Amino acid sequence: MSAPTQVSEKPKFDHPLNVIVATDCGSTTTKAILIEKVGEEYRQTFRGEAPTTVEAPFEDVTRGVLNAIAEIEELSGRKILDGEKIITPCRDAKTGVDIYISTSSAGGGLQMMVTGVVQNMTGESAQRCALGAGAIVIDVLASNDGRLPHEKIERIRTLRPDMILMSGGTDGGAVTHVVEMAEYVAAADPRPRFGSTYKLPLVYAGNKEAREQVTKTLGQKTALVITENIRPVLERENLAPARHKIHDLFLEHVMAQAPGYKNLIEMAGAPIMPTPAAVGLIMETIAKREHLNLIGVDIGGATTDVFSVFESVFNRTVSANLGMSYSISNVLAEAGLANIMRWVPFNIDEQTLRNRIKNKMVRPTTIPQTLDELQIEQAIAREALRLALIHHKSLATGLKGIQQERTISDVFEQQTSGKSLVDMLKLDLIVGSGGILSHAPRRIQSMLMMVDAYEPLGFTMLSVDSIFMMPHLGVLSTINEKAATDVFVRDCMVYLGTCVAPIGQLKDGERLADYDITFPDGSVVKDQLKMGELRLFPLGLNQKAKLTMQPAKTVNLGQGAGVPVSRDVQGGVVGLLLDGRGRPLRLPADQPARVAALTKWFKAVELYPG
Amino acid sequence: MTEQTVVRRRRQLPLPGTVLVAVGDRVQSNQPVARAELPGKVYPLNLANQLGVAPDEIKEYLIKKEGEPVLKDEILAENKPLIKWFKTEIKSPVTGTVESLSTITGQVLLREPPRVLELLAYVDGMVVEVHPRQGVTVEVQCSLVQGIFGIGGETSGVLAIAVAKPDEPLTPAHVKADMKGKIVVGGSFLSAETMAKAKEVGVAGLVVGGIHDKDLRALLGYDLGVAITGTEQVGFTLILTEGFGAIPMAQKTFTLLSTHTGEKATISGATQIRAGVIRPEIIIAKPAGAVQTGATAAPQREGIRIGDPVRIIRDPLFGKIGEVSALPSDLQKIPTESDARVLEVRFPDGQVAVIPRTNIEVIEGA
Repeated sequence: MSAPTQVSEKPKFDHPLNVIVATDCGSTTTKAILIEKVGEEYRQTFRGEAPTTVEAPFEDVTRGVLNAIAEIEELSGRKILDGEKIITPCRDAKTGVDIYISTSSAGGGLQMMVTGVVQNMTGESAQRCALGAGAIVIDVLASNDGRLPHEKIERIRTLRPDMILMSGGTDGGAVTHVVEMAEYVAAADPRPRFGSTYKLPLVYAGNKEAREQVTKTLGQKTALVITENIRPVLERENLAPARHKIHDLFLEHVMAQAPGYKNLIEMAGAPIMPTPAAVGLIMETIAKREHLNLIGVDIGGATTDVFSVFESVFNRTVSANLGMSYSISNVLAEAGLANIMRWVPFNIDEQTLRNRIKNKMVRPTTIPQTLDELQIEQAIAREALRLALIHHKSLATGLKGIQQERTISDVFEQQTSGKSLVDMLKLDLIVGSGGILSHAPRRIQSMLMMVDAYEPLGFTMLSVDSIFMMPHLGVLSTINEKAATDVFVRDCMVYLGTCVAPIGQLKDGERLADYDITFPDGSVVKDQLKMGELRLFPLGLNQKAKLTMQPAKTVNLGQGAGVPVSRDVQGGVVGLLLDGRGRPLRLPADQPARVAALTKWFKAVELYPG
Repeated sequence: MTEQTVVRRRRQLPLPGTVLVAVGDRVQSNQPVARAELPGKVYPLNLANQLGVAPDEIKEYLIKKEGEPVLKDEILAENKPLIKWFKTEIKSPVTGTVESLSTITGQVLLREPPRVLELLAYVDGMVVEVHPRQGVTVEVQCSLVQGIFGIGGETSGVLAIAVAKPDEPLTPAHVKADMKGKIVVGGSFLSAETMAKAKEVGVAGLVVGGIHDKDLRALLGYDLGVAITGTEQVGFTLILTEGFGAIPMAQKTFTLLSTHTGEKATISGATQIRAGVIRPEIIIAKPAGAVQTGATAAPQREGIRIGDPVRIIRDPLFGKIGEVSALPSDLQKIPTESDARVLEVRFPDGQVAVIPRTNIEVIEGA
């Protein structure tokens, strides 16, 4: 595991950590897992979950935590709770745990506004800094953002963020613009999101020469914290100190205001991390350990986080209003009904579908009970995933001609203005997390949702977080790296298999490629992949097959049009998926033809029962 | 939903102001309990740039000093050239005061006059707590109905039951001219036509089982993405008690509201389905003499028990009401192939269905 990037200090413990209970308080569900040292290895042994209790009559997040832990107690036979207290450390083999740790995204996560001087320089650095700290960035204000000064002030006044990050100017450079922005913030006198009784936390990480002026302007009006400049010189970003400050303030100010969080902070044996920060830590670790380019996604009830690591450069974005329960209706609003309907393999009238989506929004903890409801939710998930990736790609663009120094976890790398770092052809692995992907009744459903949404090109491995424990392991890695690594390898990551998708478009039924697969048992399959076909071959976990493909002359497998490719492909719980539907993926526009195509594909991979 | 309860509503100013009432005062829903001055809009003006002088020199050119009032188009600053012809006058773009000036940036901030904001009591009740400069807490002994979703802000009016049965849709014919300013209770469904009629008549609020999402979209003029509402201005406040679609209002809710026909009700459509969830509500205050301060609402029960009346809140049996007949503790496979915690519900016709536990809600007050 990489060194923790989110907490200022590593907690010390005076007893061994052999039994750990961890929770993630999501916006919808609180998920608890029990980790125990079995022999020399840590394993995830039991899990429990309960609705997150922020609604009346409880309005206390710890209630959901205790309910989820009570479920673990019931299943494991271990006594963990003494009334409303967690027994720590372990008293004997069946009583107590050595530590309780937690992440949280309930309460809408950490919502930040950031400011910079030049929008695509310090403005972007500030945005990356806040995103890396696990925040949702609700607006980026910059001197040159095109808004008139009074419009900026009005905007700051109406936003009600949890925290503001101000940046701007290189150290020793001109102070005028950053002071001007401080004056706007002061004039707006912004109020924090939770109540008006405390001062809004504000981190100043701009030109150090302006600190005195900024303190004079904002010291009385905000809970001002000054830290190192995130852009000390034009060529260098220094995001870590500001990120640490954001994390500290998140705990001290923001979470302490949310219902029940004071108790939660007291219960936990280590600082509570924002869920996205914890998942980011884990994603980054996978990429580093396996030397991979990857895209990770965590699709939750309210938000969808996308992480990517390309050429060792870590990158995170969050789509604040794309999610599967609280924000489900916004997926409909953003994607449009037609885009959702195109993945539904039956006819349903618009009114019924719209009402069903809204009913999920107003009762976010309900689950699909019938197959058609499941299919609708998975259709919506495809669109949420697709939109979040578009968002991610658009933010992972950068500055021209500037070389940046960075720590592994901190920054993006940008070579050319406007060019996205995300290159689907160089992508090795997609990691899915979040309820809809982790808990899909069949693993092939998770695989196809990601394939349909992301349209991977060429050869791409896919995996999911088995039961949604990446956040837990992220926070665990900050206190016990071995435990986090053990559980991650043995219990968390489930390899689904490899998707092979030739790039090109032909007429339906035309030859896309000839293929030749040699399986580990020596058996060989030779056949033709036709346009419009989806084929799935069993190829187990830790197994490899040799695949040789000769594409048609206009079709590309990553090596150029018509160039044959021969390579090993990794198996998984689903297997090897040959996706002959063409890239870009186009679905028939005509309704009966589309339903027929979906039905054919879904049957080919046994996506659903019956 | 409760026939008799005590609710406390904290009324809070968005920024510090003056509290107008004291603990023990009886207040009416439309009575101001606190007042604050919302600072006026700020207009920054970069004088240094406009006059072509250094930021630290601007004080010399200002006609109006910090703290002074200024009228729109009044001269704010001017230069003193040798030749009059080159004189530059900077006029104030707004009426307000000169709030501050900065010799670092050379800009002056002008602020428009403040706007007075009055915070109303919202319910007919008694002030039980004063939060100095912040607001008050008002307590009311009342009947309370919580909706599932609403739009529009706080309002009050006399309750009028427009339909005979909870499964009867509210049609334009039900909305009469004398319902102006009233809270109109319908049954299962509110159509776009009825909404138009309600707007025309000028009803204060509508309480119904359900509406179609497409009608909501037409009413708002946009597709509602995230359920954070309360500030919409569509002519009335709308509260859905059940959800989207044509869904009969729960009998208990309908009966409770019916028994209060002709009484004054306070409603709020504000909904926030996120952490710190807010659901829309209908509050019918009890007569003044019945108020006992210090009383609290009956404690909520936790967990589900066999025999509890429940409503199913997800398709395919959405809206059906039955009784819990079994609570198996093991996870069970449901038709999606998911393993879920379930319970068994027996319906009045004797039929039994297995439902995921998260897809029901216990009917309160039974």
